[in-house]
Amino acid sequence: MEYTPRELMVVCAARQIRDGERVFVGMRLPLLAFALAKRTHAPNCVGIFETGLIRDTPARELLYTMGDAPNICGALWATSTINVIGLMAAGEIELGFIGGAEIDRYGNLNTSLIGDWQQPRVRLPGSGGGADIASLAQRLAIIMPHERHRLRERVDFVTSPGYGYPDEQGPAGVAWRQRVGLPRGGPAVLITTLAVFTFDPATGEALLQSYHPGSSIEQVQEETGWPLRLAPDCAETVPPTPEELRVIRECDPHGVWTS
Amino acid sequence: MSKLLSMTEAIRRYVPDGAAVALGLALEPCIPFAAGHEIIRQGRRDLTLIGPISDILFDQLIGAGCVAKIQAAWVGNVSEGLGHCYRRATEQAQPRPIVTEDHSNFTIGLALRAASLGAPYIPTRSLLGSDLARKNSTFLQASSPFDGSPLLLVPALQPDVTILHVQRSDEDGNAHLWGSLGICQEAMLAARQVIIVAEEIVSREVITSDPNRVIGPSYKVCAVVHEPWGAHPSAVQGYYDRDHQFYHEYHTRTRTAEGFQQWLDEWVLGLKTRQEYMAKLAPARRGALSVKEHRYAAPVDYGY
Repeated sequence: MEYTPRELMVVCAARQIRDGERVFVGMRLPLLAFALAKRTHAPNCVGIFETGLIRDTPARELLYTMGDAPNICGALWATSTINVIGLMAAGEIELGFIGGAEIDRYGNLNTSLIGDWQQPRVRLPGSGGGADIASLAQRLAIIMPHERHRLRERVDFVTSPGYGYPDEQGPAGVAWRQRVGLPRGGPAVLITTLAVFTFDPATGEALLQSYHPGSSIEQVQEETGWPLRLAPDCAETVPPTPEELRVIRECDPHGVWTS
Repeated sequence: MSKLLSMTEAIRRYVPDGAAVALGLALEPCIPFAAGHEIIRQGRRDLTLIGPISDILFDQLIGAGCVAKIQAAWVGNVSEGLGHCYRRATEQAQPRPIVTEDHSNFTIGLALRAASLGAPYIPTRSLLGSDLARKNSTFLQASSPFDGSPLLLVPALQPDVTILHVQRSDEDGNAHLWGSLGICQEAMLAARQVIIVAEEIVSREVITSDPNRVIGPSYKVCAVVHEPWGAHPSAVQGYYDRDHQFYHEYHTRTRTAEGFQQWLDEWVLGLKTRQEYMAKLAPARRGALSVKEHRYAAPVDYGY
């Protein structure tokens, strides 16, 4: 069955959601991933949106932004941003989704600027809630296009902390997050247009977990700015099932997010 | 006491040059575009803009040269990504240089919440280890006096004026806002003064029939502006949905400074009022955004 790279990304994202989990849903593709998970393997998951919303049913119409009217209609709670990010700060949100413009091998994300901080070559929009989700969720799932200039050895600016960097006090990874005082979490998965990475918590390094059908380890390496490390069970990404594709296309019939 | 004013008069009186203005506080919905456009028409300069995820209203104010400083979590176009005017200002100092103090959605909310509580700062563990924590010079990093753990201290931030777009208000500024609230309440409670822009002006009895729906105390409100469709192209729950196409067109047309100027002439400078703006917006487009199916909440009983 034919599918687009973005449809596969949505499927990979949805598979990160376990049934019953509380999920902080980010902008764009995660909006669709939440709807897909809800209607397939995770009917009891709950979505939390940074505008100040909690809902346990997918919106009745396609969402362009989380603040669209259909997302508020039928919500379990409409409240403030501080209240919902506060739940995450208190450790109550299992999974958070974010995107990024640049990421490095330790899962640090940049959505602020390319080039020098004082005199940026490209000024990007900034954190939004991204840095909060990366800091405070129990697990972090990152979704972004796979291009060599985006997957870099080191990002120009750490907007959303991943596993930091090795320094004189110790390694990157969970140990780094503890050193700087982050309460929990860290990247669990990076989903790109070519591949899926997981992370080694001891070193904080990204591991190639799977490469998408039609791609290969060689192509992923070509498009990645650091020498790949493979997960022991690295394999081809499991393609979308017909049921997953049917649900995605029902949610997004014109391919607004997936074409 | 009626605080009803025209938009022109409200902006003239309460948004002076150099003011710190909080707006666009519900994130994507309820953005006071009509107020922002009037600020542009009146040629305000050296403003500080305060907001969470700010959509294209910040980009427009920046492109029009009204802004000296940004204290926000995100500046761009939520439908499309980058904001072209923000890029030109930060990368090329066009039409003027601006300073950005980067926040996250949580820290900007905490900064306003701190001001609303009269607290000098609120500590958080968010952003620790990030460059955001290091590069925003208003933040301090410290150890908790209780257990020595690292903390980010987010200082209180008090807007001179907060502009809120709401569904309905009485003439005194007792205002009902519903839907997701973003950091509207924090910004209202933190501000020195508040301008309420309302889809509808209703009687005091309508407001007091449901006091839990009120966003904050009306004694902070300096002006109430009746401006139907004043938040277009953003959504107002129960009135109209987001006009995605408008964001797309703005993105496409404002890639160059000349393109932005043409857009601004057409949609802001060439129009005197919001009524002219709405007359320009095709009726079919308005119809497509209007509520198709009303979904009223069940009444609540405040009886005793």
